[in-house]
Amino acid sequence: MKYDLVIIGGGPAGLSAAKAAWDDGCRSICIVERDRELGGILNQCIHNGFGLHYFKEELTGPEYAGRFIEMLKSTGVEVRIDTMVLEIKENKEVHVISAAGGYEVLEAGAVVLAMGCRERTRGAIAIPGTRPAGVFTAGTAQRYLNIEGYMVGKKVVILGSGDIGLIMARRMTLEGAKVLACVEVMPYSGGLTRNIVQCLNDFDIPLYLSHTITDIRGKDRVEQVVVAEVGPDRRPIPGTEMTFDCDTVLLSVGLIPENELSRSAGIAMDPRTNGPVVYENMETSIPGIFACGNVLHVHDLVDFVTAEAARAGKAAAASLSGSTLPAEPVLQIKNGPVVGYTVPQQVHMGADFKVLEVFFRVRAVLDACHIYVRDEEGTQIAKFSRERVAPGEMETIKIPRVLLEKAKGAITVSVEEDQEETKA
Amino acid sequence: MYDITIIGCGVIGASIAYSLSAYDLKVCILEQENDVAMGTTKANSAIVHAGYDPEPGTLIARLNVRGAQLMEELCKKLSVKYNRVGSLVLAFSEKDRAHLEKLYDNGVKNGVPGLKIISGDEAREMDPQLTKTVVAALYAPSAAIIDPWGLCIAEAETAVRNGAELHCNAKVTGLEQKEDSVVLHTAAGDFETRYVINCAGGWAGEICALTGKEEWESALARGEYYLMDKSSGSLAKHVIFQCPTEKGKGVLVSPTVHGNLIVGPNATPVEDPYSRETTLSGLDEVAEAARLSIDGIDLRQCIRNFAGVRAIISESDFVIRPAECCPRMLHVAGIKSPGLSAAPAIAEYVIEQLQTMGLAFQKKESWIDTREQIRFKELSQAEKEALIKENPRYGRVICRCETITEGEIVAAIHSPVPPCSIDGVKRRAGAGMGRCQGGFCGPRVLDLIARELGKSPFDVLQDGEGTKLLISETKGGTAE
Repeated sequence: MKYDLVIIGGGPAGLSAAKAAWDDGCRSICIVERDRELGGILNQCIHNGFGLHYFKEELTGPEYAGRFIEMLKSTGVEVRIDTMVLEIKENKEVHVISAAGGYEVLEAGAVVLAMGCRERTRGAIAIPGTRPAGVFTAGTAQRYLNIEGYMVGKKVVILGSGDIGLIMARRMTLEGAKVLACVEVMPYSGGLTRNIVQCLNDFDIPLYLSHTITDIRGKDRVEQVVVAEVGPDRRPIPGTEMTFDCDTVLLSVGLIPENELSRSAGIAMDPRTNGPVVYENMETSIPGIFACGNVLHVHDLVDFVTAEAARAGKAAAASLSGSTLPAEPVLQIKNGPVVGYTVPQQVHMGADFKVLEVFFRVRAVLDACHIYVRDEEGTQIAKFSRERVAPGEMETIKIPRVLLEKAKGAITVSVEEDQEETKA
Repeated sequence: MYDITIIGCGVIGASIAYSLSAYDLKVCILEQENDVAMGTTKANSAIVHAGYDPEPGTLIARLNVRGAQLMEELCKKLSVKYNRVGSLVLAFSEKDRAHLEKLYDNGVKNGVPGLKIISGDEAREMDPQLTKTVVAALYAPSAAIIDPWGLCIAEAETAVRNGAELHCNAKVTGLEQKEDSVVLHTAAGDFETRYVINCAGGWAGEICALTGKEEWESALARGEYYLMDKSSGSLAKHVIFQCPTEKGKGVLVSPTVHGNLIVGPNATPVEDPYSRETTLSGLDEVAEAARLSIDGIDLRQCIRNFAGVRAIISESDFVIRPAECCPRMLHVAGIKSPGLSAAPAIAEYVIEQLQTMGLAFQKKESWIDTREQIRFKELSQAEKEALIKENPRYGRVICRCETITEGEIVAAIHSPVPPCSIDGVKRRAGAGMGRCQGGFCGPRVLDLIARELGKSPFDVLQDGEGTKLLISETKGGTAE
């Protein structure tokens, strides 16, 4: 089978990329989705709060996905559900299997990677203790409740304050469970402020910052967890232990982009994002292969995924119509203090854009601060003011092209606290 | 009336059952858990030791070396993952180097083939991530890595196909000696048998006590491990040991047959064979020791910690002898490391012992000694195509991380020793063994078990008895 564009993953990123590519004239598109429905993880996100930026209204996850699925119905975009990609070759052959179609090789003119991410597990953070039933990642619990219709526990402690954990604190409470605590090892929450307010505060669920679970007890099912305060080195402080009697532990301790296929294709990866290195048009190190959504970097809002994926879809369509970007010059974007990573990591200065949008996450909570963009000689290219930045919320800046053209060498994005605010 | 009843279906019980199933005997296996391979067999270093550690002249030495010889062929027959990668014992000092000499001498006396002492540089050439502090190493080409629970399950399955009876959830609680037989009282009823084998691992002392005499003291030791993501799988190419210290055999770093990296264990005395918890201090100890051997271990790449309990007793050698107060019972106890390596040889030795105890052995006319297992991801493209055409369930991937298909999971669920839990499926088919640790596939595996075995989803367990996952329906209820 031959397609102009093969999109791997039918979640929000894949759907948006497909729509954008179709709108830009690409008429041979196939979305490959491993699940039995399109929509990806949105299908289990039955809470509202999606779409405020993109649709200017508040939708649930399934509704948000539904809008895109509806839009694609009037197009000729082909969808293969229940189909797993085994491998992507460097020549853009996509090897897939399905019960219905068997083993097939899809020859693609361009590929968009939109595989999403997975949750970090208990092993990744090495929580000591026994290994009973009742320890779930928040997303797995969410699937059991919202897709399968089963409750997984009655007395719950949540480790990590990522958004899925916060959402599940509320969801479990509404289903009659008692959520005893949400425990976060960092001195700040990893989730959106609105979720702290609406999912913990509104239900009187205590949030213990700078705390972690130091022991899980129970032979068959979780019976107890021990929570302790941690020092600046994030190691437990002896003597601060609290014991909670509970039957369930939910983990919301981070998400990791799922890039097994990208790696097998030989795409250059960024160890800071765990996703591919991309240019401003979402193209990876292999020409004609693009990446977007949570497979590229973990987003906080689906609306941003949609926008990023639309850029990838448009760029994929453009690459198919034969318009190639001049390979040189390339501007590198580096991260300075407080900035964890940037997307994109590099820019084709020969590309046609007026404003460059750069996404990044910070590594600390700062009030009253400025984002600085400087070139290699230290000259300030741009400066943006912020009242507050936090790791749980993705930051974005828009740099006019005219300013970028002045930069000597690579540019660095950093965040600095305003001087008058600095104490001592 | 059974001819022989085996108490405990870890890798030792299963190896004995498999070997006995070649003979015209009525064999029964009693397992206290809801599945086989539930004790030390599922939580160990997964190594076939070459055999230079044990003191020459001991039963351990003999059975280790013999077991290592038999293992490759056995694994091939039973479609069990095995890879003879060889091992290196590292020396970090002159004192360690002297220890290597002693191990070398032991090994030669024990009949270990191909041993060689090499320089630190030669060792680093063989295993580039070894630290600069390594001054010498003992190379043993016959050491191997293996899937320990896979071996146990394959042997138990094959024994059952040959007519052995396996009873799970059948903890032995009492014993009555009759003139020509023994009656075992269990949680699953009474079993009368002419001979009994006590290979209950960490519980062997309890079984021995039922005969009216305690013959040894138990001295169990827990070992904690890190299992690392496949991205770390190539950090070690051989099984990397350190010289034993006062604290124990030392921490090893090794590739696994599944492509991961295993790091551990420490050794902590425990009372209860169920003491399988990991601890902050234990995991720290393991991590620190591993960094001495290998550069570049990133513990954030860990996908699972676990701990296993070694069935150590007060006697230093393996105890394989008739019970003092129950002449129809053969103890196979104190099977600590290298018990897994010795397992096939222990089974041979047990048959010799049973012969001297008066049991007659007559080969069966037809004995199934092989087992096949389809592993989709290991097939060629053409084989995959053909398999899906034949059975479309092999075209549906359930476990994304390990590429395990519905076909493989359904085959495991209907195998001769069927699993009743998600982890039981994991140990058989490999679903949930990957980096997401069943986060994605767990709910789907639960569904498949319920569907294929006609069970309520509420009765599908995570692992052992009591490991319930689902509490009730949500207010909105299930989709059906």
